[in-house]
Amino acid sequence: MAISAPAAPAPPVNERLIRIWETAPGLYGALATVDHKVIGKRYLVTSFVFLLLGGIEALVMRVQLMGPDKAVLSPEAYNQLFSMHGVTMMFLYAAPILSGFSNYIWPLMIGSRDMAFPRLNALSYWIFLLSGIFLYSSFLVGQAPDRGWFAYANLTERPFSPGLNMDFYALGLTFLGISTTVGAINFIVTIFKLRAPGMSVNRLPIFIWGTLTTSFSVLFAMPALTAACVLLYLDRRFGTHFYDVAGGGHPLLWQHLFWIFGHPWVYIVVLPAMGMVSDMLPTFCRRPLVAYSFVALATVSTGILGFGVWVHHMFATGLPPLSTNFFSAASMVITIPSAVAVFAWIATIWHGRPVITTAFLFCAGFIVLFVIGGVSGVATAAVPFDWQLTDTYFVVAHIHYVLIGINVFAVVAALYYWLPKMTGRLLDERLGRWNFWTMFIGFNLGFFPMHISGLLGMPRRVYTYQGGLGWTALNLITSIGAFLFAVGVLALLVNIAVSLRRGRRAGPNPWDGNTLEWATPSPPPPYNFAVIPQVASRHPLWEDRLGEGARSVIDRGPLLDEGRETIGTSPLDAEPQQVLRMPGDSLWPLLLALSLTALFYGLLGSVGWLAIVGGAATIVCTAGWLWPTQEPATTEAVEASA
Amino acid sequence: MTAATTTYRLPVDGYGKRTTGWWGMVMLIATEATLFAYLLFSYFYLMSLTRGPWPRSGNPSLGLTLPNTILLLVSSGTMWWAESGIRRGGQGRLRAGLLVTFLLGVIFLVIQSVEYRHLRFLPQTDAYGSLFYTITGFHGAHVAVGLLMNLVIQARAWVGHFTAERHLAVTNTAWYWHFVDIVWLAVFTSLYLSPRFL
Repeated sequence: MAISAPAAPAPPVNERLIRIWETAPGLYGALATVDHKVIGKRYLVTSFVFLLLGGIEALVMRVQLMGPDKAVLSPEAYNQLFSMHGVTMMFLYAAPILSGFSNYIWPLMIGSRDMAFPRLNALSYWIFLLSGIFLYSSFLVGQAPDRGWFAYANLTERPFSPGLNMDFYALGLTFLGISTTVGAINFIVTIFKLRAPGMSVNRLPIFIWGTLTTSFSVLFAMPALTAACVLLYLDRRFGTHFYDVAGGGHPLLWQHLFWIFGHPWVYIVVLPAMGMVSDMLPTFCRRPLVAYSFVALATVSTGILGFGVWVHHMFATGLPPLSTNFFSAASMVITIPSAVAVFAWIATIWHGRPVITTAFLFCAGFIVLFVIGGVSGVATAAVPFDWQLTDTYFVVAHIHYVLIGINVFAVVAALYYWLPKMTGRLLDERLGRWNFWTMFIGFNLGFFPMHISGLLGMPRRVYTYQGGLGWTALNLITSIGAFLFAVGVLALLVNIAVSLRRGRRAGPNPWDGNTLEWATPSPPPPYNFAVIPQVASRHPLWEDRLGEGARSVIDRGPLLDEGRETIGTSPLDAEPQQVLRMPGDSLWPLLLALSLTALFYGLLGSVGWLAIVGGAATIVCTAGWLWPTQEPATTEAVEASA
Repeated sequence: MTAATTTYRLPVDGYGKRTTGWWGMVMLIATEATLFAYLLFSYFYLMSLTRGPWPRSGNPSLGLTLPNTILLLVSSGTMWWAESGIRRGGQGRLRAGLLVTFLLGVIFLVIQSVEYRHLRFLPQTDAYGSLFYTITGFHGAHVAVGLLMNLVIQARAWVGHFTAERHLAVTNTAWYWHFVDIVWLAVFTSLYLSPRFL
């Protein structure tokens, strides 16, 4: 690349970098931005809105179940609510919110200026948003998915479900799967290629191990859901016989495909959250994580083992004992890596000097709930016990301990921890205590009694129940707990709103954290790092006090100010290999996502021309996107510390 | 800058197998290959649950499909020939190789649609028919995507975008095309050969 001497004196480096990396102003910039920080924040806000929607659906159900024989909801409405509650929480909240954190924090954590594929990142967000709207537009026609979030065949086949309900489900999840898949590819390639020089794999924060593992899981699990949904759509619209016994198909094919996807998915929505806790705890315990290598290995092995346990969702379907026993054993084995992580966290607290912040409280609450949810999980891994409890509220209790405990509590902790990095302002610690204790007490009050109502035989997904079965008081307590939990979430929202207006200034490193993101200002400038750092240890900001002799260099290094550029490094040792030129603002991602939306609405309404126009536009947009706009370049001089 | 600073030169964008675009294609192929694995899993799963002959309409004929399979394998060879050409800067070889590959791909799809006309069952006939058309249809769609990629690359080859060092888009298209061919071998083995000895 030719280095032309500037005619006027060069402006200060920071101004020059801002001009290079800034998103264009106005509406165009809002629609065309590829800044990972903007996209990350959009992911966080959008998935939080879906959390609130799913939460409202849950509260309406808890009003209905507060006492016996209530008629707030019709059975049909109840079916739609619990189905959309599950779909929303599993697909539109739990995974996307973690993608939001990863999108925002990853490049900062690894000393890069953006993700590997900035435009793909934008596409991933737009598809997430549009497929969420697609799924929720089903309420407008009063035909929301109504066969549960795992939608067992053959209740989903056309004769038993003639409306559009399950078409929204099958197409909506296929659509959303594109977002999840391209997002996963982006995360993997980012970690393989964009880490700062010196950040070898043994120096990665555990959060990155978590999202990297789940991104691989997405690559190998998501196609099972896509296949299941496409086959369902073909059955419903084209009269094929995949799930239809009369035509030679089988409903269990759905269950296999769904749970081959579904169980890895459970780990996909918790492993990054566990990683966030593994990175937050050391900051608050004032010491490095105990047994880093074991926690990293536990993360990866959980992801792998997660593919070998799906049949434990199908113990009650009459599969042969050899099969159920195998999967029962595998399900018990998977507790070992989870236990490794739990003991590492406890040891980190034990050997540290914990600073009790709100974020720390949420991390501690997370560990407690993880253990309770883990115990009820091992219990249901035993086949005879599972037979007794399948489709009861015990399973509902388990899934919520696991998902709210390991996902939501970690996410709230991460909000208290990293939101100041994004907004530049701290959240209030006093309100934070109220926030934590209402959520923690409300959660346990709401969900612990479900174990008992399940043991007493209350089936899940009933829209009402009779009095005199011993369930009445338990359900009332559950409903009270659910509303208390909601008050806690409200306290979080108030805290965020107040913080945005007049929160205390955070400064670059309010918690004295040890990873690279805390070396940037809060909020970080569009270019993240003025120079690309050189990493020499696992704790670049704690090297002085740890006295391990390593010296990371953060204030000197390659400047790369000839355009949008960052360093490409080798996958294992992170040795500099190339200068990567990054794309700037682009409308192609949004146009491509809109084309796909047209395609999916066309398929939904059997509107042939719309599907064809959408499909053709998808092809045109892809070609336009891939057509190169930059001149080929050769080499560039890079300054780095020796 | 202090004395502890060195200056070295790095290639801009990089090329070949070291750059982000190539890794992206590898990951895409991994997830797409998994999709076919699940479709073939569905095929064998439903086969294992079926009593009586599978397929009921008799084993699918190899008359058209065996030559078609060979044709697709040859197209992988021509794609390889095109890519190895541009690696040495051979623009003519790249353009010719892409064109021949494109034509072979089109012929493959034409022959497959001819075969569809001769089949004695429809997707709606039974689960076997549903599986047969869906799996071969998915594969056909992937061939079509490969052809579209080929078209874009051909246009770029005629504009003269590619050099001996810079031809990542060609490499990616070639890898995708080889993937589509290898998947066909799995589909062919499962749908056409396995009923003959399972």
